[in-house]
Amino acid sequence: MTTKSFGEPILRKEDPRLVSGQGRYLDDLGHDALAAAFLRSPHASARILDIDVSDALDVPGLIGIYTYEDLEGRVAEPLPLLIPHPALLNGRTGYPLANEYVRHVGEAIVMVIAEDRYIAEDVVDLIRVSFEILKPVVGIENAKAAHNAVHSSVPNNVSAHSVKEVGDARAMIKSAPHKLLLDLFIERSACSPLEGKGVYAIWEEDSQELRLWSSTQTSTGVRAAVAAKLDLPLQKVECIAPDVGGGFGVKIMHPWPEEVLIPWAARKLNRPVKWSEDRREHFISSAHERAQEHHIEVGFDEEGRILGLDVTFFHDNGAYTPYGIIIPLITSTQLLGPYKPASYRVEFTSLFTNTVLVIPYRGAGRPQGVFAMERTVDAIAKYLKLDRTVVRERNFIQPHEMPYDLGLIFQDGRPLEYDSGDFPASMAMLKKMVGWDDFETMRSEYAAQGRKIGIGIACYVEGTGVGPYEGGFVQVETSGRINVATGLTSQGQGHQTVFAQIVADELGVPIEDVFVTTGDTRRFPYAVGTFASRAAVMSGNAIALAARQVRDKALRLAGEALECDPQDLEIVDGIIRVKGDHSKSIALKTVAVLSNPLRYAFDESAKAATQFAVGDTSKPPVPEDQEPGLEGKDYYSPMASTFANGMHAVIIEILPETAEVKILRYVVVHDCGRVINPMIVEGQIHGGVAQGVAGALYERMAYDESGQLQNASFMDFLMPYSTEIPTVEAGHLETPSPLNPLGIKGAGEAGVIPGSAVFASAIEDAEGFEIRRMPISPSELWELRRTMKENA
Amino acid sequence: MKPSRFHYVRPRSIPEAVMALQRHNSKVLSGGQSLTPLLSMRLASPDVLVDINGLTELSGIELRGSDLWIGAIARHQEVLTHDLVKTHVPLIQQALAYVAHPVIRNRGTSVGSIAHADPAGELTAVAALLGARIHASGQQGPREILAADFFVGPLESSLEHGELVTGVSFPVLDATWGSSCAEVARRHGDYALAGVCALVRVLDGLIVAARISIFSVAGTPLVIDVMDVHEDPEKLNLKVQALIDPDTDIHATSDYRRQLVKTLVVQALTEARVHAELRQS
Repeated sequence: MTTKSFGEPILRKEDPRLVSGQGRYLDDLGHDALAAAFLRSPHASARILDIDVSDALDVPGLIGIYTYEDLEGRVAEPLPLLIPHPALLNGRTGYPLANEYVRHVGEAIVMVIAEDRYIAEDVVDLIRVSFEILKPVVGIENAKAAHNAVHSSVPNNVSAHSVKEVGDARAMIKSAPHKLLLDLFIERSACSPLEGKGVYAIWEEDSQELRLWSSTQTSTGVRAAVAAKLDLPLQKVECIAPDVGGGFGVKIMHPWPEEVLIPWAARKLNRPVKWSEDRREHFISSAHERAQEHHIEVGFDEEGRILGLDVTFFHDNGAYTPYGIIIPLITSTQLLGPYKPASYRVEFTSLFTNTVLVIPYRGAGRPQGVFAMERTVDAIAKYLKLDRTVVRERNFIQPHEMPYDLGLIFQDGRPLEYDSGDFPASMAMLKKMVGWDDFETMRSEYAAQGRKIGIGIACYVEGTGVGPYEGGFVQVETSGRINVATGLTSQGQGHQTVFAQIVADELGVPIEDVFVTTGDTRRFPYAVGTFASRAAVMSGNAIALAARQVRDKALRLAGEALECDPQDLEIVDGIIRVKGDHSKSIALKTVAVLSNPLRYAFDESAKAATQFAVGDTSKPPVPEDQEPGLEGKDYYSPMASTFANGMHAVIIEILPETAEVKILRYVVVHDCGRVINPMIVEGQIHGGVAQGVAGALYERMAYDESGQLQNASFMDFLMPYSTEIPTVEAGHLETPSPLNPLGIKGAGEAGVIPGSAVFASAIEDAEGFEIRRMPISPSELWELRRTMKENA
Repeated sequence: MKPSRFHYVRPRSIPEAVMALQRHNSKVLSGGQSLTPLLSMRLASPDVLVDINGLTELSGIELRGSDLWIGAIARHQEVLTHDLVKTHVPLIQQALAYVAHPVIRNRGTSVGSIAHADPAGELTAVAALLGARIHASGQQGPREILAADFFVGPLESSLEHGELVTGVSFPVLDATWGSSCAEVARRHGDYALAGVCALVRVLDGLIVAARISIFSVAGTPLVIDVMDVHEDPEKLNLKVQALIDPDTDIHATSDYRRQLVKTLVVQALTEARVHAELRQS
């Protein structure tokens, strides 16, 4: 029997290549291409008065200098607003190169093309731009005050405003036995993939075709955008995502200005052109996320049951809104997590600021929402002097209530309805794993040594597998090689392994024979992209459906060849055989030969196939309802998202003198339905937890009042090293999704979501005073202690 | 993030290197772990880069009289694991344990980080505390500069244009001396928010000399003799706090850094004493 691979911790097929230097990332391509460099705005808000290139023109190796005035056709138009929404009253996008105004430090003003990047940067240094400096808007407070405008046409800096209500929360709070008010803040961070963005374009003058490579999370999206911007037929544009060194959200945005400008320049110059983003560019001209301010009013009964929850929050969307308002929309819905308040009101205002634009970063609005909700639940527990897990359990949606409709509309425009999940079971597992009930003993033992520890807990629900669709293509070659393609891209998730596992099981072939291609529009042109923890759910199911088509066809042809009923056949190790009578068999690869009436005997499979006869001689060689070849293509399009969930607990020690936080244990209970590969799911959780730790204790975007990012390097933006990341103890619960054939849910973002919530909970538990703002540094915690002492 | 144009020279002897350094706006390249990022960000744009990695005579770590001599291109990693350093000037290894990560330590040079005069550099503090002598070669021939005279300001030394640091000699500390380095950094291997190196001499169970060197809280490492106050934590702290004036930045407030210094001074002195006792036993 073929070993079943679905559910097994199979080693990643892509790793030998990636860890031995065989990976090919964007900057590994096109060594002879011309290089682009950009002059970017040094000011947060300014009007461009003059661009003087006279000193730059004589630099040897310079090919061209381009400003907004040089852009042509649709390239000169504003960049598209990808996801409009009725609540987005004043959506604004920038231009590929700044048109008169710059609205954040880092916005591209001039593109220089030269023989190499060194020369291009030399030229950039010689271009003089004069500005009329305007007063910038930095931070939510300033945006609200609206003394200055980011866009003169947008009143009060408000891009979007939304109110949603389920029941009458305000009345319920008014009549509730107990009320609490909380103000909660989360600061900016960013995806920070190891590889920044990058674009490489080749224009084929003879065939009028454009081939481009982008370090993107959506090659189909980039392709369509570039074809439209450059006024080319889609047929004449291909886009390939090569190996991509991380995305985490920032590369789902498209087209980035450079994705339009580099192909445009390649066609204009009829020369290959490449741009690789450097780290400073990534900090000041890509995207950030997370900055939100939440005001919460909650009413509850003696038992801690939430009767009314009223959340008003402000979202900092940066200078432009090309990706719409997906983040506050997610916060406003996913904030509820596993809980069922009797009534809920949420109001948000999205604000422009003169800072880098904001698009989803792994977690995408959920870390903020979970922080707000979990702080609220902790506050209720503290107020009622109840155990924090007890208050949570009393507010949980129960397993028998699934599917559970929360009465809201989710980010995909569909009703927010949880498909499955067993929150009490998850909580029980977490409490057991972390030793929740014995913690007070542990606390006393540490206290006896003069040491201070705390325990934190946080729960979340994550909508995953967002539609609309993905497709899968599976093809059996006559050599026995199985080619699999899907249009969405890979940034290190292990798609070549998990998709191969699915196909290996569906087709009954060894996983070694299965080869997966992602993110190449030449191989699969219809796709959405890799984001929202959707790849396994969407492409995984599409590929499974395509593989089942192949299986059906293979069994039918084999049935003809072996003169038996296809229902009596099975496929084991690439051989189709009669169940119970293994003497009657035919190799899958031989069936691949039989599937194609054109049978030149090029290989051994074709020779072997000559002994079999298939087909009905009364019909044409390829009958009306058939296609040549042993291949299948199918799409998966769900009615709704599937909801994964998890709970984290952390035990920390805080050093008494220096307020440094040491992580003693980090425990995760995670339910993403059926698990394709537990090792890969754990890897996703570990990486997510690392970013959760980062967002809670280390990373922030430190803008000063003038809109300068003061820490635009890895020296001062404190992305944690492996030395700062704890060992993660993970437990899996598998509540299959009823929504898709494989019963799976997404796992990509899970680890990061409760980061700030769980650390705030633990720090508050250790210190005894309220934690209302994250991230928190030792210096801030120490200062907070001092303030609390002074106030006491 | 590409350096601006520069000439590259790889001399085969010290005189050749010194000759190359006479050119306008020249800079020495040894491990490159500080210089290369500065070049890439165009914060430094030298006309000439003099790569001394070929000068094998500067790679040594050896005893010279009562000094331990470390050559200009000896890598951190080698210094960190070298027996002579461990035996004779253990403070260097105690401090190096905080310096960056293996990948950086494999390239970066200990002498280079002293020549760079970074006020946050652990080895800068070590050199200042031990009264190390910096050996420089210029057109006028070799000279020695006492650490106290070498560190002038942040990233600023008394080295003259055209001079090459060839090595640093540290006075050997016999077993009566104990030392320690303690610091708090946001991430392992980062520049410290504040750090303290301590050196004590213990004779017959009694401390007879005690001094510390504080780094990351001023433009140069601050060496303080604490013999008079080391037994009284309050007086010790008062003396130290009167001499420092740390900055507030995005990572920490001035008061928090003062708190760190207060804690680290006690910690480093305590560890240094234990270290001395350990060496004597």
